[in-house]
This record gives sequence, C-alpha cells and structure tokens, in this order.
Amino acid sequence: MAKGLGKKLITAPYTVWMMIFVIVPIALVIYYAFTDSGGAFTFSNLSYIRDYSRTFLISIELAVISTVICLLLAYPLAYSMSKMSAFKQQTMIMLVMLPMWMNFLIRTYAWMTILEGNGLINRAVRAIGFEGFHMINTNGAVTLGMVYNFLPYMILPIYTVLTKIDKSTVEAAQDLGANRFNVFKRVLLPMSIPGVISGITMVFVPAVSTFVISKLLGGGKTFLIGDVIENYFLGNTGTINYNVGAALSLVLMILILVSMTVMNKFDNGETAGGVI
Amino acid sequence: MSDNHLIELKNISVSLGGEQILKDLNLYINDKEFITLLGPSGCGKTTTLRIIAGFLRPDEGEVIFGNKKVNDVPPHKRQVNTIFQRYALFPHLNVFNNIAFGLRIQKRSKEEIKDKVTEMLSLVNLKGFEERDINSLSGGQQQRVAIARALAVNPKVLLLDEPLGALDLKLRKDMQVELKNIQQRLGITFIYVTHDQEEALSMSDTVVVMDGGVIQQIGTPIDIYNEPKNAFVADFIGESNIIDGIMPEDYVTEFAGQRFKCLDKGFAQNEPVDVVIRPEDVDVVPLEKGMLRGEVTSVTFKGVHFEIIVDVQGFKWMIQTTDYEEVGNKIGIYVEPDAIHIMKKSKYSGLYGDYSSFSDEIDLLSDVTYEEGDGNG
Repeated sequence: MAKGLGKKLITAPYTVWMMIFVIVPIALVIYYAFTDSGGAFTFSNLSYIRDYSRTFLISIELAVISTVICLLLAYPLAYSMSKMSAFKQQTMIMLVMLPMWMNFLIRTYAWMTILEGNGLINRAVRAIGFEGFHMINTNGAVTLGMVYNFLPYMILPIYTVLTKIDKSTVEAAQDLGANRFNVFKRVLLPMSIPGVISGITMVFVPAVSTFVISKLLGGGKTFLIGDVIENYFLGNTGTINYNVGAALSLVLMILILVSMTVMNKFDNGETAGGVI
Repeated sequence: MSDNHLIELKNISVSLGGEQILKDLNLYINDKEFITLLGPSGCGKTTTLRIIAGFLRPDEGEVIFGNKKVNDVPPHKRQVNTIFQRYALFPHLNVFNNIAFGLRIQKRSKEEIKDKVTEMLSLVNLKGFEERDINSLSGGQQQRVAIARALAVNPKVLLLDEPLGALDLKLRKDMQVELKNIQQRLGITFIYVTHDQEEALSMSDTVVVMDGGVIQQIGTPIDIYNEPKNAFVADFIGESNIIDGIMPEDYVTEFAGQRFKCLDKGFAQNEPVDVVIRPEDVDVVPLEKGMLRGEVTSVTFKGVHFEIIVDVQGFKWMIQTTDYEEVGNKIGIYVEPDAIHIMKKSKYSGLYGDYSSFSDEIDLLSDVTYEEGDGNG
C-alpha cells in the first residue's frame, strides 16, 4: 500500500540512525567485552571488575552524594519558583539555563581556577589574614563539580511537574482541613515524585560515569570508573585494551539499568500506595 | 428568623485585577437550606462561593458564620467543604484514600476511617470501588467520589461549584435528583452555583439570581419564576415576552396600544413599566376573538409543544402552543389578567424579551456556556 510505504520511508532515516548510533555501538561493546585481543570468546575481561571494585564503589558513592545534594538544593528552589509570578518564573528559568550555554569543559576549568591553591577563594581568604585551604584535587571538589554541572537537570523536571499540578487540588486539600505542611506532605510532594525520579536519573547517570570532572577537579587523586574506562580506550599505548574497557562499560551500563529499574519501581509503588 | 442564619455576607465588595466582581453584596443563608446562586458567566457567583470557602478575602464587608466574623479564618479551619467544578480529586491516591484524605488529617483511627469511607461509598453508590484508580473512573463516578470526599468530614455546609457542568444531560438529571436526596437525608446546607436555570429551579429551596456582581432577586423558585423583579430575571429564568407599557391606574395596564386588566397595583399614574408575559400563558384564538392580532413568522416543533413567533405591530412574541400554526397565518392572542406581570423599569429594560433577534440570543447563550468553562464565573 502506498500509504504504508510512505510511512516506512519517513521513519526509515530514524531507524537507520538508531541502528548505526545506538544498536551497533552496544553490539560492539558486547562483542569486545566477551573477546580477547585475538578475537576469541572469553569471560576473562569481566574478572578485571575485582581490581576496580573500589573504584566502582567510589564512583557510586560520589554520584549518590552529588545526586542527593542536587535534590536537596533543587527541590526547594523548584518549589519556590513554581509559586512566583509568571515573569519571575521566566527570569529564574533563564538564570538556571544560562550556565548551560557555556561549554561544559570551560565551566569545569573555571572551577579549577576558583579552587586552586592560588585560586580566587584562597587569595580572598589570605587577603583577610587567614591561611588558605586545600580544595582542588579532593573528592569534595569533584562532588562540587558534579553538583554544579548537573543541578539544572534536577531543577527543571521537578519545576515542570510542580507547575503542572492543578491549583484546585491544593485548594481541595486545604478545603479538607490540610494546613500548609499537610498540603505539601500529602499532595505536592507525592504528586511531584515523577519529576524527582527523572531528575535523579538525569543527574545520577552522567555523574556515575563522568571522567572529565574527576580529571580536572580531582587531578588524578580521585580516580573514577569513567577515568578507568577512558584510560583503557585512550590511554598510553601500553595500557590500551578495548576488551577490558568494553567489559567495564558493560558492567556500568547494567549497574545503571538496575538502579533505574529500582527507582521506577519505587515511583510506581508511591503512586499506587499513596501516603499513609 | 435571624437566629436561623448559618452564614451571613454583609456588604461584601471584591475587586480582582482592577475589575469589580462583587458590589456591596448582602446575603444570608439558613441552616439546612438548599440555596442556589444563579447567573451568567462573570456575575460573581463563583467569587461569592470562594469567599464563603475562604479561598478569597473580600476587600470590604464581613463574612459571618454562626455569630463569628471569619474573614481571617483560612479555608482549612472552616467548617465548609467544596465540590469543585472539575472535581479536583487527588490523582496519586485511589478512591479509598481520596475519601479518607480529610479524615486522616483529623487523625481518626483506622477503623473509624474505614467505616466512614465505606458508609460514604454506599451513600454515593460506589460500593466496591475502594481500590480503583481515579483516572480509571468515568466523569460521573469521579463526581461521586468528590461528593463522598467532601461529605466524609461531616461539613455543616457543602459548597458546590457547577458540579454537574461536565456531565451529559441524562447523567446530570440523575445526579440532580441524587444530590437533592443526599441533602435532605443528611440535613446539611447546600450552597450551589450554576448558570443552568432549570437546575436551579428544580433543586433549590432558595434561588439567588445574580448579574454584574449584584444580587438581582432572592426568592423561592416559584416566586422567581412568577414574580421576576426586573427584565434580567424574567429573561434569564425561562422565556419571557417583555413589552413596554404604562400603568394608567391600579389593576390596569396599557401596552401595544390597548388596555388590559392585571393584578398589579401601587404604581404612579401612567408610570412606564415592563410587562412580562410567559410564552406558555398566551392563548392562540381565532382572529376576531383576539385581544391582539398578529402574523406567525416562524414555527419550531419542541416535542411537547410548538414554539411560534408572532409579529404583533412589529414586536415579536414567543408563544408556546399545542396547536400547529402555519407561517403567514393571522391569529388572535388572548392573555388572562393573572398571566400579566408588571415590573418597574430597570437598567435592563429594553435589553431582553423581544424575539425579533432570537438567533442573537442563542449566540449569547452559547457564549455563556463557553466562558463558564474557564471556571472563573
């Protein structure tokens, strides 16, 4: 049928695109993960996970801490934004988005110059007569970089969900005797969970796999799983090993997939069970 | 009489965004009364309801519950509950938890909550719906959950903001009967907002007709229909022919160049008045027996009767008759003295009651329904 053919022709480019840039790379990752340098099938690459279990744990730990800090910062901000006048809301959205117009690397370099031994903060602190702090190349600096870079991805989905909540549901809750605390606890918070979930996803996934932030702000002291994988693909000629890199990537992907599934289960449970 | 007042609104004025919504409104509501605020979009009826609920604070005037001024009491501390226009159910909670919402806030025991929710569900004929998701319910079922949720906390007063507006005609008729039954069974005060005059007439003990932020008339449905105070009320409630006339003396009125007996008195001699004659009160008679004579210009079949438009000396009358008349027929018109209702002239005189621009009026009516959807009526 002509109509069916037309539809197929329209979707064809996307199908091809998805094949080339999503399916094929994943297939390649899986292929490399289960082969040795000669191309023979093997499980041995996966055994490297034992060597990097500590790195995995630190990556997850820092990603979780950053995600929690992002959530704690973003929720109150998104909540108060949703209550502002239309003009103020637009201004706030602009301010949240503004840093994202600048390149990610430049933003992170900027933090280097702020946190360095002779950086902005330390110079200011010394100027008023105190000793400087050691800030760069610590886990704290890496966490700060993650929070700074990923915060907008937490604010925006929560803000969107909060503004979409029908005002009359809030009025209905007040009408049934709910004071401000109860309105928040029993209506706004549970109804905004979907936004929180997508915010967590959008912060946790890039945070757990980052290697640029840890490299620039961690200076080699904080070595995350992203850095390990990068090294296996782009390191010195001696350390390059696509097979181990692919295996570690695969494990990371599965890890993220599992945590996202758990998160979504939590979301469904919340909406169905209600707050009691 | 005045000890029976549950709620009093005294000299209430409200402006929103520079526009005056309510002007010096005075209203009292009796205990256990079914009172309806009726009027077109923008007449201030929903605003009045929101003032009683506490969502809006009047710029001037007093809101009194019992004998206490409650202007500054927030909504969650008032003993009134609201059925919202679009129900405003909690989408993250199932039917049981929606109805239990108010009870949980009052920190009632688990057994008490369960008993009350079960009782409410059977009151609104939704037994067995406890675990259902709100979004899986039909409009009528959601409406019932909203009613159950509001009644679960034993309010003294239930406020209903066009609660049946989103339902289809058949369901609306059923719910009208059901709401009236619930109100009588529970013996609580209902304050009902609607722009549907038929709904107002069939359910209410008292109807408050509003327009332009001002109460036009308060009375029983029968009073409002039979004795409208001005051309606006006469036109908004049912169909009316409103004719310019004068009162030469008591019990006599003059319009269309002729004198008629009527039952009204107390006007100044030759005072200009509006004469209201309901379409169903006009008898079609043979030409020579008519008090007035006219020519049929249109006929519409309405099921129970025909609605015919008759041109009498340039003024178009609407007449409801069970006998078919052909367009172009010359007919006589006969009106009994008790079918003639005399009103004082008002700012609405001349705006309504002439059916020569009948189609325009239909446009006007559909506008009303459309704007009402905004929920700011």
